Amino acid sequence: MNAPAYNFAYLDEQTKRMIRRAILKAIAIPGYQVPFASREMPMPYGWGTGGVQVTAAILGPQDVLKVIDQGSDDTTNAISIRKFFAKTAGVATTTSTDHATVIQTRHRIPEASLHESQVLVYQVPIPEPLRFLEPRETETRRMHALAEYGLMHVKLYEDIARFGHIATAYAYPVKVNARYVMDPSPTPKFDNPKMDNCPALQLFGAGREKRIYAIPPYTQVVSLDFEDHPFEPYRFNAPCALCGAEDSYLDEIVTDDKGSRMFVCSDTDHCEGRQAAGHRGALSAAPYKDKAQGEANG
Amino acid sequence: MADLLETDQPLLIADSLSKSYGRIAACRDVSFSLYPGEVLAIVGESGSGKSTLLQLLSGQLAASGGHVSYRMRDGVTRDLASLGEAERRLLFRTDWGFVHQDPAQGLRMAVSAGANVGERLMAVGWNHYGRIRESASDWLTRVEIDVARIDDAPRTYSGGMRQRLQIARNLVTGPRLVFMDEPTGGLDVSVQARLLDLLRNLVAELHLAVVIVTHDLAVARLLSHRVMVMKGGRVIETGLTDQVLDDPREPYTQLLVSSILPP
Repeated sequence: MNAPAYNFAYLDEQTKRMIRRAILKAIAIPGYQVPFASREMPMPYGWGTGGVQVTAAILGPQDVLKVIDQGSDDTTNAISIRKFFAKTAGVATTTSTDHATVIQTRHRIPEASLHESQVLVYQVPIPEPLRFLEPRETETRRMHALAEYGLMHVKLYEDIARFGHIATAYAYPVKVNARYVMDPSPTPKFDNPKMDNCPALQLFGAGREKRIYAIPPYTQVVSLDFEDHPFEPYRFNAPCALCGAEDSYLDEIVTDDKGSRMFVCSDTDHCEGRQAAGHRGALSAAPYKDKAQGEANG
Repeated sequence: MADLLETDQPLLIADSLSKSYGRIAACRDVSFSLYPGEVLAIVGESGSGKSTLLQLLSGQLAASGGHVSYRMRDGVTRDLASLGEAERRLLFRTDWGFVHQDPAQGLRMAVSAGANVGERLMAVGWNHYGRIRESASDWLTRVEIDVARIDDAPRTYSGGMRQRLQIARNLVTGPRLVFMDEPTGGLDVSVQARLLDLLRNLVAELHLAVVIVTHDLAVARLLSHRVMVMKGGRVIETGLTDQVLDDPREPYTQLLVSSILPP
């Protein structure tokens, strides 16, 4: 009785085939939400059960996996999913964006540009962009079918009426391939332009809502906006305190209870790469690396 | 000349419409034509089939028998049943209006008045915030709502204001035909009077064709040109408003007219 307790990458082959069929359909109709028979995973909903199932279905033994959570490679969610696949599939894992072939992400797109041999897998909590305006699933499906997307602009209108500008900062609705309006999962709108004409395949999995959708490589992705209030990506107006990057998406970190804060790159791989290359920010912490670098730099 | 042609042909034609729910016939053999700019009131007691008829006319319900035809903006009269769902919904958003008795059904209660009015414009592809807002404030003024309240949600509005907002939301795309289901139901008498006055002006000004369902004969008298009296799913009497209300022929209509309390 030495049969392995589970199949390669945890899911059984029939389940993987079912998910792959959904993925193929999703790729064929960019932005369309394909229902699939989402399985229970050994993790709670909201921890990336959709993303994990998509990753499990596409992973091969030669793949190199990277998992990020809000851009970071070293938070609980990222580490546990990475370990999960290291254990159940025995695949190589990495934190380097460039070396990875499959990147599972929670709410960020890496700063480094992706290439054709990569697949980006998003974890999606609520796949339906129209949900908060139209609670009926039957109605939202009909609206997608008939491409009735006026309601999406009602939301943006409300933002401007209330705040004077489009205040939606994440999960900013996009139109894919000039047809389906899609929720890009709660990524910051800073990342929206990266989805457009991206060389990598982008897959979205929502485990609780049982939906898979996709953006094939080199597909047009347009953020919705008004003529007189065009889409603008948002980023804190500061350089990264560690690597000094002026163009990366920043996290705000509160450092004490007196109002001090620092801004650091949300993408840890990007930030560490820049620090290794000798870039320094105002608050270059990480003294152990500093020492090593300092000696190297003389 | 073109105008003459425009008003010469009926806008909406009902041809022996019937609807039955199992063995219950809610609506039997209703036929009429509605011309541009004409206001038709459908009166009758509860359960007489008024609302069913309204839903049949507006294509929300499939008829068990008969046809509804509508003259589209391109001048071609088409059977509603032959329209695709997309066409029917587009018609509903542009060339038609539907005023519900309960404004909560016709409005989005959680979004601002401006967005409520602007929704139809955005649905037909308006993409300029400034122009949408301008149009919304223009319409709020026309239905006598203070423009300062454009960013308030209709939740904070009184019943009369909600109903006027619903009317503005329906008229913003310049429809030619508006369906109204008891638009003054649930409003107090003074608010009703003001709303009716407003409606009468808008209808005349915009040359709207209206099908209005009401059990209130005063509303019918004030707004409509023609009246259809329904009972048990049938139209029992039809004619010019003053003719039907002042000189009712059918016993049931006589009962209806005589049951108005004297002021």
